[in-house]
Amino acid sequence: METLERILAEHPFFEGLAPEYLKLLVGCASNVRFEVGSCLFRQGEEANQFYLIRHGRVAIEIKEPQCSPVVVETLEKDDVLGWSWLVAPHYWRSDGRAVEVTRAIALDGKCLRTKCEQNHDLGYELMKRFIGILEQRLQSTRMQLLDVYAHH
Amino acid sequence: MPITEEIAGATAISDAMLPLPYRMAEITKETADTFTFALEPLDGGRLPGFAPGQFSMLYVPGVGELPISISGDPDDLSRLTYTVRSVGLATNALVSRARGDWIGVRGPFGASWPVEAARGKDVLIVAGGIGLAPLRPVIYHVLRRRDDYVRLIVLYGARSPHDLLFRKELTSWTHAPDTHVLTTVDYGGVSWHGRVGVVTTLFRHLRLHSDRTIAMICGPEIMMRYVVAELRETRGVDASSIYVSMERNMKCGIGECGHCQFGPYFICRDGPVFSYDRLQNLLERHEI
Amino acid sequence: MSAAGAHTRAVVDRGALEKLIPSLESRGYQVVGPVVRDGAIVYDTLKSLDELPAGWTEEQQPGRYRLRKREDGALFGYTVGPQSWKKFFHPPEVRLFQVQRNNGTFHILEETGPPPRYALLGVRACELAAIEAQDRVLAQGRFADTVYRARRQQAFIVAVHCTESAPTCFCASMRTGPRAAAGFDLALTEIAEDGASRFVVDIGSSQGAEILQQMESHPASPEICRHADEAVARAAQQSRAIDIDGLHDKLEESFDHPRWDDIARRCLTCGNCTLVCPTCFCTTVEDTSDVTCQHAERWRKWDSCFTQTFSYIHGGSVRQSAKSRYRQWMMHKLAFWTDQFGGSGCVGCGRCITWCPAAIDITEEVRAIRDGIPASTTQSREKDDGNT
Repeated sequence: METLERILAEHPFFEGLAPEYLKLLVGCASNVRFEVGSCLFRQGEEANQFYLIRHGRVAIEIKEPQCSPVVVETLEKDDVLGWSWLVAPHYWRSDGRAVEVTRAIALDGKCLRTKCEQNHDLGYELMKRFIGILEQRLQSTRMQLLDVYAHH
Repeated sequence: MPITEEIAGATAISDAMLPLPYRMAEITKETADTFTFALEPLDGGRLPGFAPGQFSMLYVPGVGELPISISGDPDDLSRLTYTVRSVGLATNALVSRARGDWIGVRGPFGASWPVEAARGKDVLIVAGGIGLAPLRPVIYHVLRRRDDYVRLIVLYGARSPHDLLFRKELTSWTHAPDTHVLTTVDYGGVSWHGRVGVVTTLFRHLRLHSDRTIAMICGPEIMMRYVVAELRETRGVDASSIYVSMERNMKCGIGECGHCQFGPYFICRDGPVFSYDRLQNLLERHEI
Repeated sequence: MSAAGAHTRAVVDRGALEKLIPSLESRGYQVVGPVVRDGAIVYDTLKSLDELPAGWTEEQQPGRYRLRKREDGALFGYTVGPQSWKKFFHPPEVRLFQVQRNNGTFHILEETGPPPRYALLGVRACELAAIEAQDRVLAQGRFADTVYRARRQQAFIVAVHCTESAPTCFCASMRTGPRAAAGFDLALTEIAEDGASRFVVDIGSSQGAEILQQMESHPASPEICRHADEAVARAAQQSRAIDIDGLHDKLEESFDHPRWDDIARRCLTCGNCTLVCPTCFCTTVEDTSDVTCQHAERWRKWDSCFTQTFSYIHGGSVRQSAKSRYRQWMMHKLAFWTDQFGGSGCVGCGRCITWCPAAIDITEEVRAIRDGIPASTTQSREKDDGNT
């Protein structure tokens, strides 16, 4: 079984991160597992974690009254899930539901936030990486907005 | 009258504006508004072969004529298959035909997908919505000659699970050797356990070898632009290895009515398939 | 343009030229040429030389055309009017086929019958260049247009070298005139003196030589040749011009030039330019049916890239703005045409300048784009209709 340290070190998201920061992350990390249909987080809850998905699939959903929830995106193996922990006021903006049995590494965002305030270099390294994630998600969302396949 | 040599020697394809008689052999409903149908020549006439990516001009008497990409197997010489989305009067008339009905066919016309240039390489197919239809002949062609190609990767995005085309085939294709099929939808639902996200999000699951990949992309123009950008900027695939299929208004299909012009190109004659290096700035230009 | 060799040149006078039309008719040609109608010189059937616009000329300016009487009775003392010869080879409306329904199936009925055999009388050098340009579009390549080819192959052409230019002419800069170089069976240079015209005749083909033999002619003396050639050379002194050197690339780079916005403020997208242009070839197809669906027809008709639906595909038109449509027309004519067919789509006839109701001058617009002038100094109308 792979150690948390090796998984994080080899993950492309953390590539180039100084060894002491990696160690810090490992200190904040733990293995988690979600059964089918279970909720990882709910909209409005405090966002104090982010996840590195190892296996399975998570649907990011937004509840719509009178309708089933709308899935805006799914994330799976090797995807980083959760940026709200880093962006004030630190609340989850949507629901996260496991559509398959999902194993992930959960990282303690609350703890990391404090460390980032103390160590801006660490903060910058994490911000740099998460802004890349946000950019990708924004671009994809804009494409979804364009509804390119729609019947005009 | 002194006419130039070229006129005297011009090939007279026996009037390319006259439709040949075909009949509707079979029609299947793919989704709420999309149908696949097969046409056979009337009176046992010969079927012209076609290359993947080419299109026919299909004529419903008194209603009109439409350019439709051929979506069937190029090695099947008994029929011509098309997949059409009903969006207006003419497409609706076409998909409302019954078995045995008469349809006029002209063609095939147009430039085709580079199935020869892709030999010995990874074939990357990226389809959006109905764009999978003009690419399906490539998939058939590659699967019949599996050893001539390395990996076959199909990335397919549709609007919602209800809009996915060729679902059974998508599943069966994954069983072919070294063949990977990834699908996603823009809008999921509670009963959908597959991927949700635009088709470009599928790229993150791939390891691409930029020097031995031929990419063939078909779908809405915006989607093709984003996919091309991902391939060129993030994956380092050269513009000459990326192919797109363009669409414009067509009235003749043979390069003389002028409607399908796209910069210096006639889509019906120089396309619809283009390698991206030929188009470069055209796709970025607005209202060209 | 150099003068033709003396051995191919003859002189005929007006009286002898009378034999031209009957000779052509007896060989099965329908002679067509310029006539005056509704205040313009248009092309129609000619039964005799008397029907030509003798003694007429035109005043042409951007957005203006008037006929005016000449001081002499020259048969060809004008340039070009609103029509071009394309209406004969590439008809405005033509039926492609009929469809008959019986016994539950349809039968395509091809058009039969011989195509018209035209003899064109009075074709200018620019118009010959236009015919040659349309030959490349419609009669060559993998799919030659059968309607065009059938009419074109049999045509007999009597050209006229221009001895006067209109202010709107710029064939000299487009290197298409005023002297017709090739593509004719016979070419005439009119010398109108003392109320009687004489014509120096160039032979362009063996059919032309054969027709000339039906008329009384004399060998052209060096003096008369020089007189004729000097008149044609004077016609090359034109006030308008397009600088074609490197024009293709220059336009290609100017896709986002601000001048297009300026033109768009003036252009009405009326499509007159495409109607009068002798090289414009775009068509559309119309499928019609009778009420009982027993009989259907397909017609091909002239179309214009200026219409709002020209570039329509599901969802909307690709070129919605007037700006994009004018730009498409001009870039096609002066740049993309070269990529598609070689040569230029513009022959310098000036019709688009004369017949534009907004008086847009293509030579001025090209200069503005080449010289980087964003806004025109001519009067522009502010349009608030959102159609910019």
